[in-house]
Amino acid sequence: MSSGFEIRWHGRGGQGAKTAALLLADVAFQTGRYVQGFPEYGPERMGAPITAYNRISDKKIRVHSNIYTPDLVVVVDETLLHSVDVTAGLKEEGAIIINTPKSREEILPLLNGYKGGVYTVDARKISVEALGKNFPNSPMLAAAVAVGRIMERDAFIAEMRASYQHKFAKKPEVIEGNMKALEMTFDVLEEALKEDMKRSA
Amino acid sequence: MRTDVHKINEQTPHQELTEGLMMFAGGTSKYFKTGEWRTNTPVFHADLCKQCLLCAPVCPDSSIPVQESKRGDFDYDHCKGCGICAAVCPFGAIEMKEGRE
Amino acid sequence: MAIKDRMSGNEAVSYAIRQINPDVMPAFPITPSTEIPQMVSTYIANGEMDTEFIPVESEHSSMSAAIGAQAAGARSLTATSSAGLALMWEELLLAASNRMPLAMALVNRTLSGPININCDHSDGMGARDTGWIQIYAENNQEAYDNFIQAYPIAEHENVHLPIMICQDGFITSHAVENIKLLEDHVVKEFVGEYRPEEYLLNPGKPIAVGPYSVTNYAMEAKKNQEIALENSKAVILEVAKRFERISGRSYGLFEEYKTEDADYIMLLIGSAAGTAKQAVHNMRKEGKKVGVIKLRVFRPFPAKELAEALRNCKAVAIMDRCESYNGNGGPLGSEVTAGLFRHKVSIEAVNYIYGLAGRDFTVEDVYDIFEELSDAVENGKEVEQYQYVGLRK
Repeated sequence: MSSGFEIRWHGRGGQGAKTAALLLADVAFQTGRYVQGFPEYGPERMGAPITAYNRISDKKIRVHSNIYTPDLVVVVDETLLHSVDVTAGLKEEGAIIINTPKSREEILPLLNGYKGGVYTVDARKISVEALGKNFPNSPMLAAAVAVGRIMERDAFIAEMRASYQHKFAKKPEVIEGNMKALEMTFDVLEEALKEDMKRSA
Repeated sequence: MRTDVHKINEQTPHQELTEGLMMFAGGTSKYFKTGEWRTNTPVFHADLCKQCLLCAPVCPDSSIPVQESKRGDFDYDHCKGCGICAAVCPFGAIEMKEGRE
Repeated sequence: MAIKDRMSGNEAVSYAIRQINPDVMPAFPITPSTEIPQMVSTYIANGEMDTEFIPVESEHSSMSAAIGAQAAGARSLTATSSAGLALMWEELLLAASNRMPLAMALVNRTLSGPININCDHSDGMGARDTGWIQIYAENNQEAYDNFIQAYPIAEHENVHLPIMICQDGFITSHAVENIKLLEDHVVKEFVGEYRPEEYLLNPGKPIAVGPYSVTNYAMEAKKNQEIALENSKAVILEVAKRFERISGRSYGLFEEYKTEDADYIMLLIGSAAGTAKQAVHNMRKEGKKVGVIKLRVFRPFPAKELAEALRNCKAVAIMDRCESYNGNGGPLGSEVTAGLFRHKVSIEAVNYIYGLAGRDFTVEDVYDIFEELSDAVENGKEVEQYQYVGLRK
């Protein structure tokens, strides 16, 4: 990661892709690295496609442009697969994570023949099960951390607990649900990563 | 250091003007004899005046001096001859005459 | 002890404002600077500072109220962007001519139209001749550092002028990045208390501010204003030295990156300078003699200093994030080339317009521009002297 790790988020206005990118910057900052988290605004509308970005590096980050050749792409809304070229510029040795109830095999035909890692996570299902509501943010953040190997699971969980305790100081009842969503996502992704290892072996 | 604004005039070089042309004094308008601009002149007829004092507050140039609740003659150094006082006087005690005197 | 943190440019400026705790902040929200008054008023509501926040009905009012408060004797400030700055136009000039050392956090956004919310420098550049000091930032750190230096510059007895601390809308204002913060007491001590010599609410010492000035006074007053702006150059450097002592970070009128032996230099303002530095860093590995000058202080304009810094290179790319519709170049291009001419520096100087209304500017763009400069100098290729970067043709 010394030369820098770049992430591109695709979401729709109001889904929290920008917030997830900022949270990821927060988390990565805790590992002592240099971070950037920033949104790219198009039309300011609920539901309009939006993009957000992260850079994570051991060296000071000077570049202030968007990211065109990311190491990781996170798609928060699978309906974007039909309208946005989400794998554009994505490195072959990189990976893409898609929020969908579909399997990896079902999603592959929609990715323009992308050869790198493809991971699916049903963030809606996880969120509804853990929180009772559809907030895809926490699962997608956990997925990005797991697939991007941004930090160790235990350290990430501890960091997020502290962050949620601060963020939800007035709504402590939602903390456990969010923590559960993170753990569930990690379980799913760790399994997928293992299968991936088998595939490439 | 406060600049003595009385020493500033239209020949003063830029170095000696105040910052932002601030005036470091109050009530400096009395040093400007704007009465010189007058083309019509109010004349005060003390015999007709009932001292109702309607005229004094409407004067835009504070040129009707009032002391102990009684108005006196005009301050011609500053009166510009606008005639508002004459228009409000119910008793015809202020008469406008052409010219500065 | 520096506090290591991460925050957006807007958060950084708001944090600095909290530490300085000025007296009065009238403000009206406009994207992308809205977060600043929002965050400051949150600090106030939480009792973390006691600035008097005045919600006003427009930017015309926020600048008027800031001038009024400053004239009354209060340290005041506001924040705005784009059309908000345009609506302040009349008052901007009055703040400067009345010699009010107030501060403004300007988050640069394009001036409509076409209507657009993203970054370019057309708002700040449009206000370049209003008599304000203008300091631009590359990132959140610089926006923070510049804001802490704002009042000591503006309030200096040789200056007494308003100051605009600018950063790029969204690109830095909404980007979370690492930052090193100073401790509250260090900032407070550095900025000090505001003790104006003359102010309106000063019993027994009456003054009049902004009186009508007949022709025989006005021109002299403008000259004095111009002298104060010239004076600010030395003060900016002096304050930067003092700031280096508390922060370890050094600032000048501009920053030179690998220019010492550079044949080709890119001169630019704001966040794109970081992108250009990264490109130069990469090109240097291939042995290319390239460098970057990042202009920090646009007003007062360091024409002579820039001319000297460019004297030994073969070509300069002058980068404008603003169109000035004069048919000849952008504002930076015009001023730099005028400076080169006056100081008899004769080099190839190409004026590029880039990044208008949020158009991205990349490391590859920088490579292409340096390529074009060297092609012009080494192969005598004819290069359009005033051109757009990344324009669809």
